[in-house]
Amino acid sequence: MLEIKNLHASVAGKPILKGIDLSIGPGEVHAIMGPNGSGKSTLSYVLAGRDGYDVTDGSVSYDGLDLLTMEPEERAASGVFLAFQYPVEIPGVSNMTFLKAALNAVRKHRGDKELDAMEFLKLIRAKTRLLNMTDEMLKRAVNVGFSGGEKKRNEVLQMAVLDPKLAVLDETDSGLDIDALKVVAEGVNALRGPERSALVITHYQRLLDYIVPDFVHVLAHGRIQRSGGKELALELEAKGYAEFGVDEAA
Amino acid sequence: MAATIDTVEKVREVTEQKYKYGFVTDIEADTAPKGLDESTIRFISAKKDEPAWLLEWRLKAYRHWLTMEEPEWAKVAYPAIDFQDSYYYSAPKLKAGPKNLNEVDPELLRTYEKLGIPIKEQELLAGVEPTMAVDAVFDSVSVATTFKAKLEEKGVIFCPISEAVQKHPDLVRQYLGSVVPYSDNFYATLNSAVFTDGSFVYVPKGVRCPMELSTYFRINASKTGQFERTLIIADAGSYVSYLEGCTAPQRDENQLHAAVVELVTHDDAQIKYSTVQNWYPGDEEGRGGIFNFVTKRGACRGANSKISWTQVETGSAITWKYPSCILQGDNSVGEFYSVAIANNCQQADTGTKMIHIGRNTRSTIVSKGISAGRAQNTYRGLVKVLPKAENARNHTQCDSLLIGDRCGAHTVPYIESRNRSARVEHEATTAKISEDQLFYCRQRGLSQEDAVSLIVNGFCKEVLKELPMEFAVEAQKLVGISLEGSVG
Amino acid sequence: MTVTATTSPYLDQFRQLAPTLPGGRLPWLGALRCAGAERFAALGFPGTRQEAWKYTNLRALEKVVFAPPPAAAVSIDRVSSVLPEDLVRHRLVFVDGRFRAALSAVGDLPAGVAITSLAAALEATPDLLEGHLGRLGAVDGHALLALNTAFAEDGAVLLLSRGVDLEAPVELVFVTTGVTTAMTSPRLLVVAEPDSRATVIEHHVGLGETASFSNVVAEIEVGAGARLEHYKVQRESPAAFHIAVATARIGRDACYDNFVLTQGAQLSRSEIRAVFAGTGGDCRLSGAYMVRGHQHCDTTTLIDHAEPQCSSREVYKGALDDHSRAVFQGKIVVRPGAQRTDGHQLNRALLLSEHAEIDSKPELEIYADDVKCSHGCTVGELEDTALFYLRSRGIDRVGARALLTAAFLNEAIDEIPVEAVRTAFQDLTADWLQGS
Repeated sequence: MLEIKNLHASVAGKPILKGIDLSIGPGEVHAIMGPNGSGKSTLSYVLAGRDGYDVTDGSVSYDGLDLLTMEPEERAASGVFLAFQYPVEIPGVSNMTFLKAALNAVRKHRGDKELDAMEFLKLIRAKTRLLNMTDEMLKRAVNVGFSGGEKKRNEVLQMAVLDPKLAVLDETDSGLDIDALKVVAEGVNALRGPERSALVITHYQRLLDYIVPDFVHVLAHGRIQRSGGKELALELEAKGYAEFGVDEAA
Repeated sequence: MAATIDTVEKVREVTEQKYKYGFVTDIEADTAPKGLDESTIRFISAKKDEPAWLLEWRLKAYRHWLTMEEPEWAKVAYPAIDFQDSYYYSAPKLKAGPKNLNEVDPELLRTYEKLGIPIKEQELLAGVEPTMAVDAVFDSVSVATTFKAKLEEKGVIFCPISEAVQKHPDLVRQYLGSVVPYSDNFYATLNSAVFTDGSFVYVPKGVRCPMELSTYFRINASKTGQFERTLIIADAGSYVSYLEGCTAPQRDENQLHAAVVELVTHDDAQIKYSTVQNWYPGDEEGRGGIFNFVTKRGACRGANSKISWTQVETGSAITWKYPSCILQGDNSVGEFYSVAIANNCQQADTGTKMIHIGRNTRSTIVSKGISAGRAQNTYRGLVKVLPKAENARNHTQCDSLLIGDRCGAHTVPYIESRNRSARVEHEATTAKISEDQLFYCRQRGLSQEDAVSLIVNGFCKEVLKELPMEFAVEAQKLVGISLEGSVG
Repeated sequence: MTVTATTSPYLDQFRQLAPTLPGGRLPWLGALRCAGAERFAALGFPGTRQEAWKYTNLRALEKVVFAPPPAAAVSIDRVSSVLPEDLVRHRLVFVDGRFRAALSAVGDLPAGVAITSLAAALEATPDLLEGHLGRLGAVDGHALLALNTAFAEDGAVLLLSRGVDLEAPVELVFVTTGVTTAMTSPRLLVVAEPDSRATVIEHHVGLGETASFSNVVAEIEVGAGARLEHYKVQRESPAAFHIAVATARIGRDACYDNFVLTQGAQLSRSEIRAVFAGTGGDCRLSGAYMVRGHQHCDTTTLIDHAEPQCSSREVYKGALDDHSRAVFQGKIVVRPGAQRTDGHQLNRALLLSEHAEIDSKPELEIYADDVKCSHGCTVGELEDTALFYLRSRGIDRVGARALLTAAFLNEAIDEIPVEAVRTAFQDLTADWLQGS
């Protein structure tokens, strides 16, 4: 599904990723853990194709496609979804309009029929119920005036609507209290399936209690330092990142 | 060499695609001799078989115009206009004027069909009421007005102003020039001298006009100015919603459009005036396009009356336009909602004046300016509170959005308050489309251009929601189209 | 040279005075003065048809023919200070435009600082002034600036060498005695070399009842990394005209902070033009104006973001009583390429009387896209609910109005970072509210 080989990337000329190798199979959930500044967010932006994140070496193949040559919207349409750590506010554009525009753009790309207003409403109602979201939130402008929890739920709603094959969740747990965390995790878990993979990026083990990963990788200094099963997360929780040369209380 | 030609072709393709109203209708026209002097005015007046008082009024305006100088205070730059190198009257040749829609030249009907304007009274399904009546103005004359009979049932007069001069001379004489006097400003004075047609609306006391009234302006002939004059009167307790649309063919030359619109509301009356201005803006290099120098003003004469201007300005090489409200009646309300988009080499200098004269008068100004390419976009507005305007209220919000680093966005508000109890608030901001927003939209699958269109429409939402439904959808699309190629 | 009835008396005066003006033997200065006189003659007094003077009519000023100040000095014993006496270590006092050593005092100065009167500097160290004088205050388009350039007889010069920090504020006191209908043309020159720092307080005060005309020009060079705090109190007499143009050039990473407190004069205009000459500059312009009677008070500012990554902030608040009239014109220009500009402006006016009038024109002219600019402007009266609240707590109407007006004005005064100045300005505001 996703094959990252020797990925090097830099931001404003400064190398951040220094040779990442990672392979994610269909239906697998991988967690990437790491201290601040280890390159976690950079990895997620590189996968989504953000300007200013320059790949200097290596390759990323996704579903047989060369992901790195694709425009951000092509990646989205091919099923790569990034749940942002800091979801962006777009004043004046209602959540509903935004979702419909995005969904129809993606459907068009996939050769599916675009949904009309009624069909779309039906779909969205079903998804919002799942996430305990109100209609009122759909009418509000995208992320404007949303609390931290609401923003994250909104990200998961978009994910549910766009139905990606590979979801990259960048610090989706940051800024969430435990109840909001559960709701978000349930939303993510509901999407798990044999064809759908996920890359969960997090600083803390907490989220992984709710979204249980198949594999855990430790990212530090721009490289994956260790990989293992879900027990690795617990170990990190107990010991911190000290063994990777990072002086930080986890 | 080949590359150059290729580029030219490409640009042409793109341009033509963008401005889909750029075609020319091939129709025989009745034209006044080129140039402007008293004989031109007599020619126009005679063509329209006008009463003596109107000819006198035109001549008075013309003589005054000769003493005036072109205004230079707006933030627009353009080559001097040669007023003698233009035609002031051009009308499609008609056999004695169409009596009904069946007699309108099919070539004209096809033109409006192509523009998406319904100039026919479709067979109505049982129980379905028409929602819009249209007056179509082609160059200097009105060529068709729909649903006149239906409106007459309610006593609403909706006809070309030249027809109103004949059929309702007292109303025209009473109100023409009463809001924008013939001596008002350079272009309004010119219009007073040479205006050719436009719409006339009178809504009688207590009547809520049963459908939207719409005028569609089309400049077709080359080297021809369009000088239309619109007069709308809402008598006590009445209501009317009026829509105005404009397009012109794509030409390398600049054409002048100098219109005057006068609105009058009496006690408890309300006029909602919406414009989607899409005159040909010129090409990417600034060649051609309409000079849109327009005076629009409404007088809220009666107590509790209301005038609301909504405009979406996407066309014209130059826009010089300040739809205003004179709030004379106590408790009267003025509103101005504007979206002005300037792309490529367009220059827009637009805004409003709100003159608070009566007590408890209120005004709201929401202006959204979008600049892209090498365009210059200026909001210029005046809020004036006179000493008797107890408890007057104004709120102004001016937001500018810049797309690219070669365009300009300017805000020039004038605020003059002479009443202590008045409260005037003005806010202005500038912003750009952030990389974050663009990336976020693209990550969700939207193309760059769709993302820009979506974000800009969001930016304009407060204004677009003021438009009648039929127009709003069209306007949203227009916003997207106008900015094509501005990011990338 | 067009000579009109209103300009010709000054041109005559100039011809007579020119040989006696300080620095008369300096060719560059003579040329500068002549250029000023010519420019003034060509432009004439500005009229309301000029956009920049749309709301300020100088007809009343033009009607009076002001003469040079009397040669014989008016005797003055003492000049009060804006700041508490113990804080004032450096003070230059000018009476009717001329320096008075006896009333002035300059304490110990760090090496690299010069504080002198303009006339003295032109005698002693003219080379230091050449190239600076008339550079920022070029006479081009401004008739009154040109007039000052022709007539400038005295004023203050503050030179700060690289890196020097003049801790104690410098107070410049300009006293207009109002004994004769005199025009004074004070000229201020501040050259703050890179990384230097100083605080300047300008204090204009009027004593007599006769019409007078202070035509002030300030040229302020704030070098890279330098920091200049510039405060001004204008308390001219009710018969006075006070026109001031200050031009500041703000270097890379430099900071210029200006505050003007306006209470006096029948007609006043404070015009401030700040231009960024390097990246990372910071400019703060604020002010509080409080006028009554038939006073007319004009505040005009221009911030020119000619370089990227600079920030500016403006907060002006005014209270207008009786038949007074205030004008606020604030323009922010962001030049092409001046990316990452931050420019914010706020102007709020309080109309205390039904006859007062405010005209406000905040203006943005923007040619770069990556900028954050805004302006806000409100005009209104005191909140009824707030007044009622105070009165319901036992404060009488007059007291409640004074309290709320002071609170309103203090929002601007709070922008002043120097505590002693802030307190002094608050006290002056309180005095004004007491009616003095």
